[in-house]
Amino acid sequence: MNKPDRLNRCFAKLQQEGRGALVTFLTAGDPDLETATEILLGLPRAGADIIELGMPFSDPMADGPAIQLANLRALGNGMTLQKTLDSVAKFREQDTDTPIILMGYYNPIHYFGVQGFIDAAIVAGVDGLIIVDLPPEEDEELCHPCMTAGLNWIRLTTPTSDDHRLETVLQNSSGFVYYVSIAGITGTQSAAQNSVEEAVARLKRHTDLPIAVGFGIKTAEQVAEILSVAEGAVVGSAIVNIIAQGIDAGIPSADLVNNVHKFVGELARGTGRG
Amino acid sequence: MNRPALESYRSGPDAKGHFGIFGGRYVAETLMPLILEVEKAYYQYRDDEEFREELAYFSKDYVGRPSPLYFAKRLTEELGGARVFFKRDELNHTGAHKINNTLGQILLAKRMGKKRIIAETGAGQHGVATATVCALFDLPCVVYMGAKDIERQAPNVFRMKLLGAEIVPVTSGTATLKDAMNDALRDWVANVEDTFYIIGTAAGPHPYPEMVRDFQSVIGLEAREEFLKREENLPDTIIACIGGGSNAIGLFHPFLDDESVEIIGVEAAGHGIDTGEHAASLTGGQPGVLHGNRTYLLQDDDGQIIDAHSISAGLDYPGIGPEHSWLHETGRVKYISVTDSEALDAFQLCCRTEGIIPALEPSHALAHVAKIAPKMSSDKTILMNLCGRGDKDVFAVAEALGVNIATETEKA
Repeated sequence: MNKPDRLNRCFAKLQQEGRGALVTFLTAGDPDLETATEILLGLPRAGADIIELGMPFSDPMADGPAIQLANLRALGNGMTLQKTLDSVAKFREQDTDTPIILMGYYNPIHYFGVQGFIDAAIVAGVDGLIIVDLPPEEDEELCHPCMTAGLNWIRLTTPTSDDHRLETVLQNSSGFVYYVSIAGITGTQSAAQNSVEEAVARLKRHTDLPIAVGFGIKTAEQVAEILSVAEGAVVGSAIVNIIAQGIDAGIPSADLVNNVHKFVGELARGTGRG
Repeated sequence: MNRPALESYRSGPDAKGHFGIFGGRYVAETLMPLILEVEKAYYQYRDDEEFREELAYFSKDYVGRPSPLYFAKRLTEELGGARVFFKRDELNHTGAHKINNTLGQILLAKRMGKKRIIAETGAGQHGVATATVCALFDLPCVVYMGAKDIERQAPNVFRMKLLGAEIVPVTSGTATLKDAMNDALRDWVANVEDTFYIIGTAAGPHPYPEMVRDFQSVIGLEAREEFLKREENLPDTIIACIGGGSNAIGLFHPFLDDESVEIIGVEAAGHGIDTGEHAASLTGGQPGVLHGNRTYLLQDDDGQIIDAHSISAGLDYPGIGPEHSWLHETGRVKYISVTDSEALDAFQLCCRTEGIIPALEPSHALAHVAKIAPKMSSDKTILMNLCGRGDKDVFAVAEALGVNIATETEKA
């Protein structure tokens, strides 16, 4: 990618400030479009440096119970891929700096149409994609068209990626590299810090891209620990749990949005921000 | 018919696991190294003499293969047309074709040094077949099963427990087979080091569709040989039912290049394709990506997977093996669908004329046989795979026929 995009600018700016990135995950349209939009619009001020927005899918195979339920809540309230793109466009009306990554599974995009989706995502202001079920073996599907169009393709690397595999995985990747710190699903256990350190060190031998670490990160202390070795820390299920706790009999409570933002603010302490 | 000029319909998949545009390896990166390892091990052992001998030994002495080719005389007379033959895979140990595959996969798992087996199951037939080989080879077995299916299939749940398996009720999503498969994949991601996932149908990431097909091809290889020996000719038409499609691809594959043989796959139309409540991925779905492969799927206009419906829990899956999707698009195999009530009629027809209680799954295939046989002349032949027996289905059938088994028994 030639021109510096939002992700490059974001990581460069954070480097200047001498701190790492808090990457926050939400499922688009969770629990409903209106509440989700309010949460989304307030995230940068709350302390999120990069936003990962989950594209709801009926069968999120790599996700644990918290994010599975978030997907079902969103879909149950009528969320669609088009509405996810619309949410990004709305966010961009007020924020042109904070990078947004869409994360999800391939089938809704496959159905939407690959080129149509890429075009719409770029127009909406999406900065990159993480597609869980598209390994390098299937790069022709979406990765190559994305890179051609200038949309970042962010790879997941895992504890099962050995040096040989990393070469394959990192070949077509841009923006940053997402290190999945446990072999498992989202929102379950946390990795031991020393295993993360080793893994990030190994990744850095293979790539100059910033590294963000995720899976099982729940507290500001964990964020700080991760950011002592990596450029970004991703928090997902813990945020999604705050949303789940704020729903009573299907109705979001009055303080749900505020509680999410408060929690993100708390996590942001771990970045040394402010 | 617009068939591409293919030298063979039996040469797939390609090196990346594709049958045309279908198949592939759409899985999380955590699983990729293991998927590649399974592929390597499978290619190594499938031609290994000791592996083949061990598989042949257990297939014969434990499963009871070869299964007979049977001329269904009374059924033929009743239908009045083509002569109908059954491949009797319902006579296998555990009562269905499923064990052909679980046996092959567990022999591979053992050679890969895996210490723990997981499986998904819908009706419970694959779960039982997996629990069976796990008992035989002394490996711990965890079976994921939708909470709704556990309710519907209590006898199979108990069977699996007797065989020593742990049953994990799946409450995620819609709590049915597709969710059981999701949860099995989630387990696998978390236990990549020591666990082997025995997938029950010819679907999933490469090499599963190929591997399961190969293990099930024993059905077609035997049937082809048996038929040639008995009739000195090939059958005119071969028919099998399709959920994921493992028994069907097992029967079809050895016949794919026999041009004279018409091949028909029967999907479950549930309450009818128009009602939206069916399990006919090819007839009523579109290509998509789920559970590791590109194939025809039941999905809505946002690409969300829709639940399948069929009276037969074994056909109740919103996808289909990728090779079937390819055979559908090439036109080599004709795919049609049969409703719940047509299958119920065929179920009773088989009981009455042949003294065989068939599973509801092959009852779908039989329903189509009953439609076409009368229109064919008596010198024509139809070979149908009777892939499972119906003991497991008597409760579901009783309910569908409005019979209360408990009170009927009292009356008797």
